[in-house]
Formats: sequence, C-alpha cells, structure tokens
Amino acid sequence: MDVVKTPQQAAVTVEPPPGEPVPAIELVKIAKTFSSRRGIVTAVDAIDLVIGEGEFFSLLGPSGCGKTTTLRMIGGFEEPTEGQILLYGDDVVGVPPNHRDVNMVFQSYALFPHMSVFENVAFGLRRKAVSKAETKARVGDMLDLVQLDGKSDRRPRELSGGQQQRVALARALVNRPRALLLDEPLAALDLKLRQAMQLELKRIQREVGITFVFVTHDQNEALTMSDRLVVMNAGRIEQLGSPREVYEHPRTRFVAGFIGTSNLITGRVRAMDGSTALLEAAADECLVVPEAASAGAGVGRDLDVTVRPEKIVISEDRPGSGRCAIRGRVAEVVYLGTSTQYAVATAGGTELSVFVQNASDADDIAGRGADVWLSWRPDHSLALVTTQPAPAESRSDLSGGNQ
Amino acid sequence: MSRSRLGARLTPYLLVLPGWLWLVVFFVVPTFVMLSVSTQTGDIVSGFQQTFHWRTYVDGWNQYHTQFIRSIVYGLITTLLCLVIAYPVAYWIAFRGGAHKSSLLFLILLPFFVSFVIRTQSWNFILSDNGMLLSALKNWGLVSQDFHILATAPAVIGGLTYNFLPFMVLPIYVGLERLDPALLEAAADLYGSKTATFRKVVLPLSMPGVFAGVLLTFVPAAADYVNAAILGGARTTMIGNVIQTEYFTNLDYPKASALSFILMAALLLGVFAYARVLGTEDVLDVAAR
Ligand SMILES: Nc1ncnc2c1ncn2[C@@H]1O[C@H](COP(=O)(O)OP(=O)(O)O)[C@@H](O)[C@H]1O
Ligand SMILES: [Mg+2]
Repeated sequence: MDVVKTPQQAAVTVEPPPGEPVPAIELVKIAKTFSSRRGIVTAVDAIDLVIGEGEFFSLLGPSGCGKTTTLRMIGGFEEPTEGQILLYGDDVVGVPPNHRDVNMVFQSYALFPHMSVFENVAFGLRRKAVSKAETKARVGDMLDLVQLDGKSDRRPRELSGGQQQRVALARALVNRPRALLLDEPLAALDLKLRQAMQLELKRIQREVGITFVFVTHDQNEALTMSDRLVVMNAGRIEQLGSPREVYEHPRTRFVAGFIGTSNLITGRVRAMDGSTALLEAAADECLVVPEAASAGAGVGRDLDVTVRPEKIVISEDRPGSGRCAIRGRVAEVVYLGTSTQYAVATAGGTELSVFVQNASDADDIAGRGADVWLSWRPDHSLALVTTQPAPAESRSDLSGGNQ
Repeated sequence: MSRSRLGARLTPYLLVLPGWLWLVVFFVVPTFVMLSVSTQTGDIVSGFQQTFHWRTYVDGWNQYHTQFIRSIVYGLITTLLCLVIAYPVAYWIAFRGGAHKSSLLFLILLPFFVSFVIRTQSWNFILSDNGMLLSALKNWGLVSQDFHILATAPAVIGGLTYNFLPFMVLPIYVGLERLDPALLEAAADLYGSKTATFRKVVLPLSMPGVFAGVLLTFVPAAADYVNAAILGGARTTMIGNVIQTEYFTNLDYPKASALSFILMAALLLGVFAYARVLGTEDVLDVAAR
C-alpha cells in the first residue's frame, strides 16, 4: 500500500520500513502517570508498540500492570503524560474519543439500559448521521453477525451476559472503526461461555478484518486468540511475540512465571562454550543452557533457567548423555486425567513440576518419595534475562519519574 | 414442626405490621374521621350531627375555587422553577463535585436546619416594604416608592421555590450520581458530542429522579399555607390558608374537612395522571435498575 504523506504528517510520523504499510496503531514512548493521594503512580512507563492492520493483538499482564490505561489512551479516554499515539500515521493525542476512529468494548459492556438492542447498536451510526435505511441495514447485518437477530427489540437487561457481550461488540463494530479496543470483554462470563466466545470473537475478527486490541489477564485466552501479544509488567513491556514464541521462549523470569507453569532453576555458570553456558551441578549431573550469552550469562555469575513442565522426562535410571539431567525426589503426584503432574524436589532445593501424558501403555512411573532423574533436551533449557525493574508496588511509592 | 413453619410464614407479615399499624392509626383512621366530619352539620356551640350533608363539598368548591386553582398554578410554577434551578445544581455536584460532593450537598441543606417558619419569616424581613432590600433600592432611586414585593404572587412562589428546592435537588442528584460513568464514555466513544450524550443518555437516565423530585415538590407546594401566610397577601391566598382559617378561626370543621378532601382528591388525580402520561413503566424500570 502506498501512502502519500504531507510534510506535516511526516513530521510526527515514525518512518515505516520501506514497502511496508503504515501500521494501524503505533505507540511511541507513551507514558501515563496518575497523581493520587498516595503519591504519583506510573501506570504506563514509556511503551513502544506497533500493531499491524488486521491483527488480533493482545495486551497480557497481571492486574494493575497498565493494560487498561494503555487501551484507554488509544481510545482517547486518558491523555498520555508523554509520547505519541499514531493511528494510521496520524498523531491523535488530544483528539477526544468522539473524533477518534476507534471503538471500545467496555469491560462492563456499558450498554445503554434505556435503549433497545437495536437502538444501542444504532447509536454510533445515528451520531454520524448515517441515513435511516443504511442504519437499519447495517445494524441488521451486525446483529446477524453476532447471532442476535430477533433480539433487536429487547432491553439489555433482558439478555444473558453472553448476549449483552455480543451487543457491546456489535455496537462497536457496526461503525467499522479502524481498530476495535476490547478491555477484558470476556472476564464476566463463566468458563464454558468464555471459551465459546473466544472462538466466536476470533471468527468475527476474521470476518470483519478489523484490527483488534484485546486486553486480558488470562494467559490461556491471550495464547488462544492472539496473532501477537505483549506481556506487560509494572507499566512496561516484558516481551513481544507470537503466542508460540512467548510460550516456548519466555525472555524474562516474569514472563516464564506468568505464562504457563514455570520451572525456575538458578545456577552459577561454570563455563561458557560459545554462547552455551554450563551450570555448576553435581558430578554426574548435567545442566547445559544454549543461547545463554544473549541473556547476559557470564562465568561465575548466576543464571536463571526455565524448563516447561511438559518437556521434562522422569526416569529411574540416569538417562544417556546428551541430555540435561538432574536428580530429585518426588514430593507430590497429582492425577489430572489426561496427564499426571509430579512435583520433584531437586538437590539444589528448588521444586520442579513435570507433566507426564497418561498414555495407554504407561505405568505409574514413580510414587511419592521415590528418587528419580529428571532430564530434557538441552535446547529446552531457556536462559532468562534478569530484569532490572523492581516490582510495581515499590515503584509506585517512589515520588514518580522513571529511574 | 408445624408451629415453626407457621412462624416462618408469618414472619414477613409480622415485620410489616408496625408499618401497617402506623398507616392505620395515623392515616386511615383520621381520613375516615375527616370524611365523617365533612358531611356533618351544626356548629361548635350546639355540636355537630351526622346528616350526610354532601352539599358542603359543592358549597366549598363554589366559594373557594379561585384559591384551589391558584394553589395548583403556584404549585406547578414552583415545581417548574425548582426543576430548572435544581437540575444544573444536581448535575454540577454529581459530575464536577469530585471529592467535595457531600460537603456541597450539605451546603444545599444547611439553611433547612432552621425552622421552616423562621426561614420564611426572615424572607419577610428581607423583602418587606421597609426591609433592607427595598429601602436600599428606594434610597438609590432604583425602584419607585410604592413598589413592593411582599403580598405579590412572585413573593409567594419565590418562597415556595426556595423552601422546596432540596426536595428537587436530592432525588435528581441521586439519579445522576449512580449513573455509570462508563455509559458517558461509551456515548463519547460512539461519536456522541457532549450535547448528544446529555440528551440521549444522561437526561433519559435521570428521569426517575426528576419524576420523584416533581412529586416531592409539587404535592407539598400546592398544599402549603406558610409561604402564602407570611409572604403573601389577600390576593395570593392559597387553599391551605383557607382550610386553616375555616378550621381554626371559623371553627367550621365540616367545611375544612370537605376542602381538605377536595385538595387530596385533586392531588391524587394529578399524580396518577402524571404517572400515566410519563410512562411509569419506563421510568420505574430504569429506576429499578
Ligand atoms: N484514574 C486513576 N487514578 C489513579 N491511579 C490509577 C488510575 N487508573 C489507573 N491507575 C493505576 O494505574 C495502574 C495501572 O492500572 P490499569 O491500567 O487499570 O491496570 P490493568 O488494567 O492492567 O489492571 C494501577 O496501579 C492503578 O491503580
Ligand atoms: Mg484493567
């Protein structure tokens, strides 16, 4: 796509790589601080983000990490303290929500209780003075899309939670915004409905092709739905990537801990072989961590390593060479149906979780108290960057500023 | 077993019993007594006898319909003025009050800790022909020497408006205060300007508060006699004053009772009609949220 730029636009626009379209949303060093009675709270701390057109993009992180604030800044409900927000290349900082071409699905849905479903969905089109006939047609199509045809005369309170959620979605999408912002839209639904709505949302997004920016604190939700996601912590981005990248290669301790059940091993680096680190361990044990140099590993220094529970194999005898192997004692066995979870205490004092599939030919491998070997392929040892920022609580107590 | 089941079933009724007793003792019984008195004839010296003399109602209306109509008109104007003043005040406190909402509400209520009569009397002092306001204006030659405010309709309506304003502010405030701020954001998100957001979202959702405020203001304002007595004159007499005079001065209990009944009937009819016209279902639906 060719984009013709006026000189004025170019002044505020970060040059996209040649040949690539202008991204739908671009956040340039945006920060937001709130002053409250407890002092100054940095909700968002200089975030850079580029979201492509038509992407299903998630902001994932624990409660209070600044997801909602980021989303509200894109929607225009909060103004950033610093930085730029570019919508298709235009800086929209200072533009009020009713003049921004994005729409929001609120966590509480915020449906107008005194209007019918039809009137709710038609609200935006009426404000934009779309003709009666077109409004009727577009609202009708949208209600079909979210499978609410026949409910158009109902009041929101006469609908179930899932149906209200669809109305909220239709009400935003009918305006054909350039991006749709969703703030934990499924959080109020029960598990079954939430899973159904996850698939539904994906289908709708594919059908309309609109950029979705989706906020959630549920890692499964983010992994299931997103094309790409960022993991946020204390107002900063910890990692950006596809669900697979983030899950398989968590970059930091925080991400490893937040996504999936994480096993954390901390050890001193004994030697480096190229970028591969060798951790100190007992004589017959072996802890190899490839690609550790980029995570800042150095001889004599501590290194955090994570291994996904499903990559670890439990055995009674020492596995052959070429695998990472450490000794441990089974502390707990939990039968989970399709798999069994073992908690194994290692000599180093950490506890590792191991998932073993309950295949038809598998016997019980080990009972509680048994001494076992844990082993995995070296490339499943992931070196983690130790992040410098302190946790959010202590940061917010500081008198502000990003130090 | 069955005793305790019976007890459990009776509990709700027992709980509302005090309420019912209150209503019977202080409303139903007096109403019937009044109804009975209104059709009696006689006088205070020789006593009243029940003669089912309904004619008193017709006579009462013929004699005092001017005051009846005036009361209704004053009540309506007062309600309208209260609404026009109270809505912006309530809106401002609810949306701009920030951390000071309670203090601001308290300020609105502050004058009303002083007795109703004293408060109205002090307006009499302020507005009287030689009072501080008019004597100053007359000294400066801003108004003519025979200009007066007391004993005019504006004085009475002004007093009523002043006295019943909180009855309008509070329900509207409560309605606006519990409006979900996300609804306003949603309206803005859906391209609603400030005006559109107000007209399409805030105003309709505050109607239950307005509805309650109108009732709470109109009914006591139309039946009031203190303002007309203190701030009014012979040509601003309201039906409340007539009833008072008939009862305490003329000691004509049947006529006072009949007039009270006519007033009550008129107000009840008005309220029901109002509720029907404004589509109570919608209003109460939103209110019940
Ligand atoms: N209006 C506000 N005033 C003061 N602090 C706020 C405000 N909004 C958010 N915060 C603070 O900013 C931080 C991030 O909040 P939020 O963006 O809502 O997080 P999340 O959506 O990830 O749970 C929190 O510490 C929160 O307390
Ligand atoms: Mg949030």
